[in-house]
Amino acid sequence: MSERLDVRKTYKLLINGAFPRSESGRSYEVTSFAGEFLANVAQGSRKDLRDAVVAARAAQAKWWGATAYNRGQVVYRLAEMAESRRDELAEHVELCEGVKTREAQAIVSRSIDRIVWYAGWTDKIAQVFGGSNPVAGPFFNFSVPVPSGVVAVIADQDSSLQGFVDTVLAPICVGNTVVAIPSERRPTPAVLLGEMTATSDFPGGVLNIVTGLSDELAPTLAAHEDVDGIDLGGLTPATASELAAVASGSIKRVLRDRPDPAASLRRLRAFVETSTVWHTIGQ
Amino acid sequence: MSTAPLRLVTIQDHGVRIPSPSTLPAIESEAQLHGLLASLSGVDAVGVEARAAKLATRSIKKSTKLAAINLAISMVDLTTLEGADTPGRVASLCTKAMHPDPRDSSVPSVAAVCVYPDLVAHARKVLGTSSVAVASVATAFPSGRASLNVKLLDVREALSAGADEIDMVIDRGAFLSGRIGQVFEEIVAVKESCGNAHLKVILETGELVTYDNVRRASWIAMLAGADFIKTSTGKVAVSATTPVALVMLEAVRDFAETTGRVVGVKVAGGIRSTKDAIRYLVLVNETVGAAWLSPTLFRFGASSLLNDLLMQRLKQQRGAYVRADEFSGD
Amino acid sequence: MTERKLANSQLGSLEYDPAPESAAVARLAPSYGLFIDGAFTDPSAHVQFASINPANEETVATVAQASAADVDRAVASARRAYESVWSKTTGAERAKYLFRIARIIQERARELAVVETLDNGKPIRESRDVDIPLAAAHFFYYAGWADKLDHAGFGASPRSLGVAGQIIPWNFPLLMAAWKLAPALAAGNTCVLKPAETTSLSALILAEILQQAELPDGVVNIVTGDGSTGAALVEHPDVDKIAFTGSTEVGRLIQRSVGSSAKHLTLELGGKGANIVFDDAPIDEMIEGVIDGIFFNQGHVCCAGSRLLVQETVADEVLRRLVRRVEQLRVGDPMDKNTDVGAINSAAQLARIEELSAYGEREGATRYTSSCVLPEKGYWFAPTIFADVAQSHRIARDEIFGPVLSVLTFRTPDEAVAKANNTNYGLACGVWSEKGSRALWVAQRLRAGVIWANTYNRFDPTSPFGGMRESGFGREGGRHGLEAYLDV
Repeated sequence: MSERLDVRKTYKLLINGAFPRSESGRSYEVTSFAGEFLANVAQGSRKDLRDAVVAARAAQAKWWGATAYNRGQVVYRLAEMAESRRDELAEHVELCEGVKTREAQAIVSRSIDRIVWYAGWTDKIAQVFGGSNPVAGPFFNFSVPVPSGVVAVIADQDSSLQGFVDTVLAPICVGNTVVAIPSERRPTPAVLLGEMTATSDFPGGVLNIVTGLSDELAPTLAAHEDVDGIDLGGLTPATASELAAVASGSIKRVLRDRPDPAASLRRLRAFVETSTVWHTIGQ
Repeated sequence: MSTAPLRLVTIQDHGVRIPSPSTLPAIESEAQLHGLLASLSGVDAVGVEARAAKLATRSIKKSTKLAAINLAISMVDLTTLEGADTPGRVASLCTKAMHPDPRDSSVPSVAAVCVYPDLVAHARKVLGTSSVAVASVATAFPSGRASLNVKLLDVREALSAGADEIDMVIDRGAFLSGRIGQVFEEIVAVKESCGNAHLKVILETGELVTYDNVRRASWIAMLAGADFIKTSTGKVAVSATTPVALVMLEAVRDFAETTGRVVGVKVAGGIRSTKDAIRYLVLVNETVGAAWLSPTLFRFGASSLLNDLLMQRLKQQRGAYVRADEFSGD
Repeated sequence: MTERKLANSQLGSLEYDPAPESAAVARLAPSYGLFIDGAFTDPSAHVQFASINPANEETVATVAQASAADVDRAVASARRAYESVWSKTTGAERAKYLFRIARIIQERARELAVVETLDNGKPIRESRDVDIPLAAAHFFYYAGWADKLDHAGFGASPRSLGVAGQIIPWNFPLLMAAWKLAPALAAGNTCVLKPAETTSLSALILAEILQQAELPDGVVNIVTGDGSTGAALVEHPDVDKIAFTGSTEVGRLIQRSVGSSAKHLTLELGGKGANIVFDDAPIDEMIEGVIDGIFFNQGHVCCAGSRLLVQETVADEVLRRLVRRVEQLRVGDPMDKNTDVGAINSAAQLARIEELSAYGEREGATRYTSSCVLPEKGYWFAPTIFADVAQSHRIARDEIFGPVLSVLTFRTPDEAVAKANNTNYGLACGVWSEKGSRALWVAQRLRAGVIWANTYNRFDPTSPFGGMRESGFGREGGRHGLEAYLDV
């Protein structure tokens, strides 16, 4: 008896909760670490990025307007979805990163645990980063952290899943919406994660994923004036420096660190503003 | 149209010492009106939304549900306000208004049909002497952006074509820029033109935005002589909501207690399901009470709501869900 | 003394047909043992007692009476679990257990709501919309802290205390269990929980949930019983921490008992909350808030706004509206989805409410009682307002813990603050004014652990709750709630 023929999947973009092909009609070939054909992944264009930023901007007020508790539930739901598709994720991590099966599974475990870690942060950010300030006078004065707005992420090129989780969820869990460019050569774990957000109650537009060539796409985001912050950690130091200069055109918040293997607050703080309120006290 | 006898719980019932309600003095200046509005309590948005949400959890079942559906049908102002309206469209609407379910005579007629002034005569002709009233939007509906003369002419034409009820819009621009005297005067002028016809004053709460504004506009309309205050035209992004209706119901309750005059409330726009309608009836029941549970004092401005009420009514009787095509699409 | 029955009004005359929730949803067993070391076990003396539905006096299920020997077994189990498992479990793994518990509470929410209402007598609308969702939210919130304790403001790697003995009241049975267990487990402690004698059942369903979540055996033990069970837990030498929520009377005894040991202690006790109404309050929402402040959960709320302090200029108007609103409250079958006020939890509590209300009349206050028709069986008390109350009246000083509001007046903000603070308690207060600066001015001067402005009875897992003075010490909820279970 012959072996059953696989039904293969087209790897598409994620924009505003929908999964379109690139408006350009282009795709590019992604191979496994071993060099074998893996998929024809959508090759996003500048217009795709434009649409993704519009979607992220439109979703931002609603995402930040949801209760922190609700945002935590949504992120935790993503962990549940990832757990139920962990074998598929591990298979892709193994293919993309060329690691052993066991290591791929460990990476998936760490990635899911990291999502859980972030889920717990949504309603604690304000308690750790904010507080009341004892100003000298009859005022009640308090500071609260608020999101920067729309954050562009050029994700890590090597760490296809854990790196992607870290760079994308840190800004999302403090209330930003994100346009992410996954690892150029290893995009499929990120695409899978994007599919999972669609079944995790993520409102459309909170996470947008545009696969494609970093060199082509990153400059568009660095220059885009309706992007409030950009994570350039996935680029070479030289390119990151160059694009950081471009990003200064609209005073973007810029992060250039590669993802930290250990969970840290640095990424959570990167795209947060502090808003301080003074209120009088008197009879 | 006569109003139902009013029986509110008054302070005397409970022996609480408080001056007895007195009729307000006539409004003679904008400053006086400003002062009166300033004396109204503010509305806390969080509180009023929480109260409306809590009342939305009331579970209305069995015979109460059937009674509520019948009541809601009798309160519908069956409405068509489209540029594409024709005499034919209005005629079929009027037929439906008189006999919403032609196979079941126990289904009440709706309260009124609501059309543009130029179609009033057609509606009047079809409705004849039936109990269904003809309501007409006038005063440069929906924006209200016209001179007072044009607005009054609009009203007079609707009346002379046979309208029983006029749904006017307030000048939201004047309200939002503080010219509340103008808003008041316009309502007074339209009320005078109305004669015996019933006047419903549309606040367009979606454009007033804040609950404080809704409360103030409600009082301006009532002081100026409105028979009904109405939420919306249905032509802007935000129409009737339960917290807005709650604020307006509180206003008519307090106005009745203060002046002894009873004003109705009409919610309009976006009310499509039986569930929505019953939520409003619960609000009425638990805010102003039974006196308002009548088409003389509470209305729904709606079009597709009627068919859902008929479907849910049949479902209550048959015990199974029914298909939409059971009823005419008018 | 003056008493007036309220006249029947036309308000609420769209009579609602009964909309009862189904008791079958509860799926209760006829009897329950003690939950020790991950399993239900028989109590050593084999004594069971009945848990009564206060709305009809029928037995809902029987519950085990834990003896001192059973408490000893439970503490030993908690100690073993602490030493061998839980203290070695990473924060991230503890977090995942707590997330599981939160999720299962959400999954079994309807069942839990029905159990709570059958056992406690509170309206199903409240157990469904308040108690159960908040309990799940509490576990969810503290789950997130378990692997973030370094960031909680108590220094790096704060240590847990060990075995926590937790004694909870009958007014919010599952919610109080969540308030106690979630922060304790997140911080790394193991627990012995003692539910209130009259409301053990939801805690026992929670035990099933802990089993479904595969929480390691012994991490949480649940011992049911009366005051003697609680005393055995308080006095047990191998307990590192006692957390108690209940009356100030019992709190005093516990503090004395614990005082001679090295045990850590937090107490959440009684209250006589003042709701302060200024003449610029948003009147309709204020009336709702004052009503909710005292009649929510039949007034069985330690932070209830049981004293209304109203500015004299609006006192008559406020009283008139309150009296009208009280008449609209739907009192009766707690299982009916439209019920606003349910049954008094026990005969003993009803007797206390009746006794204190009688004082109110004897002392000369004016009584307004809802004309609602009370069911014949069960424990019931019609919502009541006392006007013309003086600071020196017992109904202005003693915690009634029932649906009884005392109305007093004031003239200036200073006087309002002075009257609000003129109590031995200090749990919660409300301030009603559209003027933000005044609300904050008053809040700054009130000796109370929680102050609500233009709202009342708001609870959230992120927000610390607890009292000052004889309302106890220590906080539950929020970042501050972790401190009660950390060695800091």
